[in-house]
Amino acid sequence: MIDERFDAIVVGAGPSGNAAAYVMAKEGLKVLQIERGEYSGSKNVQGAILYADALERIMPDFRDDAPLERHVVEQRIWTMDDRSHTGVHYRSDDFNEEKPNRYTILRAQFDKWFSRRVQQAGAIVLCETTVTELVKDGQDRVIGVRTDRTGGAIFADVVILAEGVNGLVGQRSGLRPEVAPESVALAVKEMHFLPRETIEARFNLSGNEGVVIEAMGTITKGMAGTGFLYTNEESISVGIGCIVADFAEGEVTPYALLDAFKNHPSIRPLLAGSEIKEYAAHLIPEGGYKAMPQLVGDGWIVVGDAGQFVNAVHREGSNLAMTTGRVAAETVAWLKRRREPLDAVCLAEYTRRLADSFVMKDLKKYRGIPALLHHNKRTFFGLYPQLISKAAQTWLRVDGVDKVSKEKAILRSFREGRSLFGMIGDALKLARAWR
Amino acid sequence: MTTMTQTNAPQGRVEEKLYQNRYVVDSGRPHIRIRPHQTPSKALLAMTRLCPAGCYSLSDAGQVEISPDGCVECGTCRIVTAKGGEIEWNYPRGGFGVLYKFG
Repeated sequence: MIDERFDAIVVGAGPSGNAAAYVMAKEGLKVLQIERGEYSGSKNVQGAILYADALERIMPDFRDDAPLERHVVEQRIWTMDDRSHTGVHYRSDDFNEEKPNRYTILRAQFDKWFSRRVQQAGAIVLCETTVTELVKDGQDRVIGVRTDRTGGAIFADVVILAEGVNGLVGQRSGLRPEVAPESVALAVKEMHFLPRETIEARFNLSGNEGVVIEAMGTITKGMAGTGFLYTNEESISVGIGCIVADFAEGEVTPYALLDAFKNHPSIRPLLAGSEIKEYAAHLIPEGGYKAMPQLVGDGWIVVGDAGQFVNAVHREGSNLAMTTGRVAAETVAWLKRRREPLDAVCLAEYTRRLADSFVMKDLKKYRGIPALLHHNKRTFFGLYPQLISKAAQTWLRVDGVDKVSKEKAILRSFREGRSLFGMIGDALKLARAWR
Repeated sequence: MTTMTQTNAPQGRVEEKLYQNRYVVDSGRPHIRIRPHQTPSKALLAMTRLCPAGCYSLSDAGQVEISPDGCVECGTCRIVTAKGGEIEWNYPRGGFGVLYKFG
């Protein structure tokens, strides 16, 4: 079907693939992008928050026509027990700026728009086509791909694997190992529709202002995970995710966990009266720095979720995806201009550039966090949220008990729940993993 | 190639959730198959609870069965059974499978 040769083939049309294809096409390279969905976005799932900075560096004018829902003016971080939440909220009018920093988006619509921009930049986008394998030459160099659509191979100087967390192509070609159940979270999500005035009244918003809630605690039933609620223009995205290995050991189904979260007394009133229009599930690579596979080889580069580029602590992923896609594309264009071969040695420039960016710096900083949370999940996701809630209630309830006795009761509950040494140990472990 | 948009209803409480979704079912070409077994492994049994679309169920004869029409293509079963090789998992053919409106 396609017998011409490309400078680059991009496998996948999510944020990393679209960023890579766009940047390379803008650089004048001949780019083919292959996507298995009916259109870019039809298979893609995210919360979703768009981090403007990462996209701005690719497309400074994206705000002109990108389908954005609300810009985030308030972040709520909650720790929850079964009947309460204790929250840290940050809201600032500074976020009502000319070029807002974070937006809520609907990925199916956003990715479709991004893909249009990729095509306008000059890349060929082939949808409804699944890449089945990489084509290698006698020296084990990647020289192209095969798809379920054509009998023949399609050739390129480099293949950019932006195939997402379930990166079958790279795994089956032996470029990277299978993702471990401990290194990946399963998240389920629903789209709840409400009139925009209702959303604005419930969350104290005006215009296109938005709120995001990230929650942890007994909502994940002792598993390592978090819940979230994001306000869109006329809908609310609500979801919950836990590490797959924890789900596998546990007793609860993902959808029962989501229903319980939705019925939590702190969440239920926010969703009341809404119409549910979609249910989605997706894996999130959360193994961090230590779970990262090899990123480049002869004729190939890995970007986005396929490379485990997610900062689970800060709930950042799409920005790392776009940044790795951009840096990969810039590296390829730079090497092409210098007439260098696109082999493992030259493509290592991609890894060097990432090492100098926030991507690797942040992932490296938090490299100890996934294991820490995995080994202490019941403490961090069960015990502490319960103790915090109990302390807050003891402190706030006015019942004739004097304040000194209340303080003693709070300290006692912490000591009985976790012991002094236990708490000091947890604090030290957390501090060590955090720095 | 038979293309049709249909809603899907596997058993259990997830049924109502999947009812909202759009699928293009590739009739007669399931993208996930379970290898024949007498007694299901721990991982396969876990999938009857773990699959977010409720595609896996236990038959009366005690084997784990799959009905992948409501599959949301998350890949959880692929990862859980990767070591034991209990299933064969492929992406649906291009253009088939779940079709998200919002994502």
